Amino acid sequence: MVKQTRQWPDQYVDELIGNLLRVGVTLAAAVVLFGGTVYLFRHGLAAPHYHIFVGEPADLRSVSGIVRDALALRGRGLIQLGLLLLIATPVARVAFSVAAFAVQRDRLYVVVALIVLAVLMYSLMGGRV
Amino acid sequence: MNIIEFTLLVWVSSLLAGFVGSLTGLGGGIIITPVLTLALGVDIRYAIGATLVSVIATSSGAAAAYVREGFSNIRIGMFLEIATTVGAVTGALLAARISTGAISIIFGLVLLYSAYASSRPRRERVGDCQPDPLATRLKMNGSYPTSDEPKAYCAQAVPTGFSLMFGAGILSGLLGIGSGAVKVIAMDQAMGLPFKVSTTTSNFMIGVTAAASAGIYLGRGYIDPGLAMPVMLGVVVGSLVGARVLTRTKTRWLRLVFGLVIGIMAIEMIYHGLTGRL
Repeated sequence: MVKQTRQWPDQYVDELIGNLLRVGVTLAAAVVLFGGTVYLFRHGLAAPHYHIFVGEPADLRSVSGIVRDALALRGRGLIQLGLLLLIATPVARVAFSVAAFAVQRDRLYVVVALIVLAVLMYSLMGGRV
Repeated sequence: MNIIEFTLLVWVSSLLAGFVGSLTGLGGGIIITPVLTLALGVDIRYAIGATLVSVIATSSGAAAAYVREGFSNIRIGMFLEIATTVGAVTGALLAARISTGAISIIFGLVLLYSAYASSRPRRERVGDCQPDPLATRLKMNGSYPTSDEPKAYCAQAVPTGFSLMFGAGILSGLLGIGSGAVKVIAMDQAMGLPFKVSTTTSNFMIGVTAAASAGIYLGRGYIDPGLAMPVMLGVVVGSLVGARVLTRTKTRWLRLVFGLVIGIMAIEMIYHGLTGRL
């Protein structure tokens, strides 16, 4: 029974992935909540503008710009950092799967996970060719 | 109305959307976009951007629990994620080229179909399966826990499932939804997987699919922090509460009422798209 010998590692990997996802979402929600508090405290009395689409300024569109804004403790930058952590959670899950399949010597699925990771990285770079 | 009042209103709406989404099994994402656009007058591009991040949050949160219970099949999920992520990137790139009216019409149609699909009775496949050579090579056969002993299953029609997943990915990237309904069709109907395995594996895949288009939406400036903050926090709390209620009460009549409301919202999305008011 080949299945029996693989039973434990698979379950162990499932456990780790579950924890990874939970930590990622909790951390992201905490950063978003903190940033939201700062944002509402400073800009809460201004008028919202969401009926007209203008798009976000450049500093809230790129990873480096978001980190810079967040380090300056700007509310919108902090929220965006939390959202970035949230987007990074599934990406981290896939990266972890590459390692887990490698430990299990499952070459086929190392390749599968690497392809998915490549598509995700392409998207995070902004989808430019 | 100032930003504090607007944020509170969005938060409460998202909380309700997350609650209804988790009760009906539709997911909060597909309900919050019509609420934001129809009731609160938010531009559909901002609404889709904000919804996309909330989809990642709810699916990752729920997946954490399912994965540990051993229902999701990580290999099937990982393999089909090739199709959904490539589809999601395609959909996100398409979103910039299609008019908001057309997006609204497609959204309404998908919402109508999802509401219909989720209201149908779920039947479990019985009898044993013939192992499919391709699925066996891809190590997709597995077993899932039942009340007495683990029950074995095997996957079929991998190419059909893979193509359907590509379609699910496009819809996800175009509309900012998880497209759980299409994912479940691919695994439940086409690949012949048990319902519980399909739904939990689909949920597991939604986060990665949404992340694949979220990067592009972020880079294009569609994700507004001021709007995404209350949407994400609201949907997450709402779906947590919904999942609690779901295990405790009989939800038949609730699902019926919500199904009706969702149908009306879908028709309104289509109408607004046709008349160009979005």
